[in-house]
Amino acid sequence: MFENLTAETLARMQFAFTVSFHIIFPAFSIGLASFLAVLNGLWLMTRNKTYLTLFTYWKKIFAVAFGMGVVSGIVMSYQFGTNWSVFSDKAGPVVGPMMAYEVMSAFFLEAGFLGIMLFGRDRVGDRLHMFATLMVAVGTLTSATWILSVNSWMQTPAGYGVNDVGQFIPLDWWEIVFNPSFPYRLVHMVLAAYLTTSLVVGAVGGLHLLRDRTNAEARRMFSMAMWMAAIVTPIQIFAGDAHGLNTLEHQPAKIMAMEGHYDSHPEGAPLILFGIPNSKERTIDYAIEIPKVSSLILHHDLNAPMAGLDTIPDDEEPPVAILFWSFRIMVGLGFAMLGLGVWSLFARWRGTLYDCKWLHRTALLMGPTGFVAVLAGWITTEVGRQPYTVYGLLRTSDSLAPVDAPAVATSLLAFIVVYFFVFGAGTFYILRMMNKPASTAKLGLTDGPIRAVVGAALSLQETPSGADK
Amino acid sequence: MYSDLAFIWAGLIAFAVLTYVVLDGFDLGLGILFPFAKSDHDRDLMMNSVAPVWDGNETWLVLGGGGLFAVFPLAYAIVLPALYIPIIIMLLALVFRGVSFEYRWRTKRWKAVWDFAFFGGSLVAAFSQGIALGALVQGIEVVDRAYAGGWFDWLTPFSVLTGVAVVVGYALLGATWLVLKTEGSLEIQMRRYAYVLGVATLSLIGIVSVFTPFQDPVYFERWFNLPGSLWTMSVPLIMIGLVWTFFRGLNDHRAASPFLSVLGWFIVSFVGIGISFYPMIVPPSLSIWEAAAPESSLAFALVGAVILLPIILGYTAYSYWVFRGKMDPNEGYH
Repeated sequence: MFENLTAETLARMQFAFTVSFHIIFPAFSIGLASFLAVLNGLWLMTRNKTYLTLFTYWKKIFAVAFGMGVVSGIVMSYQFGTNWSVFSDKAGPVVGPMMAYEVMSAFFLEAGFLGIMLFGRDRVGDRLHMFATLMVAVGTLTSATWILSVNSWMQTPAGYGVNDVGQFIPLDWWEIVFNPSFPYRLVHMVLAAYLTTSLVVGAVGGLHLLRDRTNAEARRMFSMAMWMAAIVTPIQIFAGDAHGLNTLEHQPAKIMAMEGHYDSHPEGAPLILFGIPNSKERTIDYAIEIPKVSSLILHHDLNAPMAGLDTIPDDEEPPVAILFWSFRIMVGLGFAMLGLGVWSLFARWRGTLYDCKWLHRTALLMGPTGFVAVLAGWITTEVGRQPYTVYGLLRTSDSLAPVDAPAVATSLLAFIVVYFFVFGAGTFYILRMMNKPASTAKLGLTDGPIRAVVGAALSLQETPSGADK
Repeated sequence: MYSDLAFIWAGLIAFAVLTYVVLDGFDLGLGILFPFAKSDHDRDLMMNSVAPVWDGNETWLVLGGGGLFAVFPLAYAIVLPALYIPIIIMLLALVFRGVSFEYRWRTKRWKAVWDFAFFGGSLVAAFSQGIALGALVQGIEVVDRAYAGGWFDWLTPFSVLTGVAVVVGYALLGATWLVLKTEGSLEIQMRRYAYVLGVATLSLIGIVSVFTPFQDPVYFERWFNLPGSLWTMSVPLIMIGLVWTFFRGLNDHRAASPFLSVLGWFIVSFVGIGISFYPMIVPPSLSIWEAAAPESSLAFALVGAVILLPIILGYTAYSYWVFRGKMDPNEGYH
C-alpha cells in the first residue's frame, strides 16, 4: 500500500492523519464545554427545566466526544518523539515547556473536574457542580491557548537563540508565548470552535424542529445556536481577515499560494475566485478573477504591488494546489455560515424562526460544515508552513526521527484502521444520541440501578427495546 | 544552579511516572480482571468504580511524556524511537481502553465488543508499559544524539519478563482497589484473587530484581554505594513490613490496607529502579544533565510545576474524596 513512499512522507501522512482526527474533537468540545456551562448557569438562575434537560442531553454527547479527544490527544503527545525526534530534540526546549504548561494548567483541570461535572451533582451540590462545569470549560480554553501558542511559535518563531548542538534555546518567554501570529490564531480558532459547536447544536435543533415544531428543548437550542451563528460569524470573518494580514507580514509565501499568485503583480493583484492551479505551467487555469481586489483586501489599496511565488526560491515554496483549495473551502463555508446567520435573524424578525422548514433543513445540512472549515483552515496554515516545521529555520526533512519507512507505514496503517473503527463507532453513537429528542433522556433515569455512571444517567434510554435500532 | 534544576526535574518526572503507574495501574488492572467478573452487574460496578477518575489518572502519562519533552528533550527524542513499536501499540491499546468507558453504555448489541476492548486495551497497554520498562533497564544505544539500535532491540526475554510482571502487578492493584471499593460477592472474589496475585507479584519482583544486575553490572554497584546502600539495607525491612500489612489486611477483611500495601510495593520497586538508573536518564550512557534542556527552559517550566502541581494534587484528592467509600449498587443517580 505504501511501498513507494519515503519515511518522511509516511511520517507526514501519519501526523496529518492523527492530528486531523484529533482536532475534530477539541473543535467540538471547546465550544460544547462553554455551552454546557452556559446551560447549567441558566438552569440554576431560571430553574427552567428546559435548560437542565438540554444540559443533561449535551453532557452525554460531550462525554463521548471528550473521551475521543483524550485518547487521540495522548497519541499526539507521543508522536513528536516517535516520528519527529530531531524536531523534538531541537525545538523541545522552546515548545516543550509550553506543552507542559498545557498539561498542568489545562488537561488536569479538565480531567479532574470532568468526573464531578458528569457524575457528581448530587454529591457536591449545585454550586460546586457549577464550579466544576466552569473549570472544564476553562480547561478547554486554556488548553487551546497553550497549544496555539506552540503552533504559532512554529509559524512565527520569536524570542529564541540557537546553542552549539543546534537546539533552539528560549531567551525571552514573553516573546515566545506571545509570538507575532499567536493572538490572531488563538482568536480565530476559539471562534471557530464556538461556531462549529453552534452549527452542530443548530443542526440537532433543526432536526427536532422538523419533526415537532413545538418541542421546547429543540426550540431553545435552535434559537441559542442561531444567535451564536449570527453573532460569531461576522466577527470570525473579521478575525480571519486580520489573521490573513498577519500572515502576509510574516509568511508571504503562504498567502501567495493561498491566493494562487504564481506571478508578481506590480500594479495590483487580482482576486482569483476559482480556477485550477497548474503547477507545471505555474498558472491558474480557467481562472475567474476580479482585477486588483486581492491588493484591495490585503493592502487596502487597489494598485498596491504584490509579489508572487516567482520571487520565492522553488525549495521554499509550499504546495500551491492544496492551499489554494483548502483556503477557498474554508472561506466559502464561512460565507455560507454568514448566510445562515443572516437568514435566522430575518426569520426571527418575521417570527418564523421555529416554523421555517427550509431554515431548519439548511441548518441541519450545515451541521458538519464547521468541522470541514476547521480542517480546511488548519490544512491551509500547516501545509502553508512547508517545507519547514519551524518556519524559515528547521526544515521538515531535517526534523524526522531515524525511522524506517516500513515501521512508519505499518504504524500508519494501524492508526488508520483503529481510528476509523473506533472513532467511526463513536461518531455513530453520537449521531444516534443526537437523533433522539433531548427530553427522552428522562426515560433513562429509572432503568439503570448503578450510581455514578452512565448506566443510569449517561446512557440514553437503554430501555430493553430502545437501543440498537 | 544548572545541575540543580535538572536534578529537581528528574525527580518531578519520576514522580509523575510513579503517580501514573499507581493510579492508572489500578484502572488498567481492573480492566485486566474484567473477563473474570461473574456478571454484567459486576462489570458495571468495576467500571463505575473508576469512571469518574480514570481520565485524571491517565493525564499523568501525558505529563510524563510532555514533561520529558519539555525538560529532557534529548531523552524523549531517543527513547521514543527506540521503543517505537511498544509505544505505538500502547497508544492504540489506550485508545480502545479509553473509549470503552463511554461506548459500552451506548449500545446493547456491541456491548461485548467494548467489554473486550476494555479488557484487551488494558492488558496490552500494561504489557507494553512493562516491555518499555524492561527495554529501558537493558539500556538504549545512542550515537550522536540519536537512537542507534535496531527495531526489535526492545524485545528480549528480560523485557517480556518485566511485561508480565507489570501485568500481574497492575492486576493486583486492580483487585485490591475493588476490595476497597466494593462489597459482597465481588469483594470476596477479588480478595481471593488478591492472595494469588500478591504471591505472583512478589515472586516476579524477586525474579526481576535478580536478573536486573545482569542487564548492566553498574546497577549492582549503585545499589551498594552510598546513598544507595542505605536504601539497600532498608528495602528488605520495608518490604517485609508491607507484605505483612498486605496479608494481614486480606485476612482481617480490611478495606484499605491491602491496596495501600501494594501501593507501597510499587513505590519501593520504583525507587529501586531509580537508584539503579541514577544518574542516567537513559541507561547506559545518557545522564540527566546531558539530556536536560537549557536552564531557561527548566526554570520556566519549574515555576509552573511549583505553582500548579500542588493545586492539581489538591483537586485530584478532592475528586477522590467526593467519590470515596464503598460503591452502593442501589444508589440511584438522581
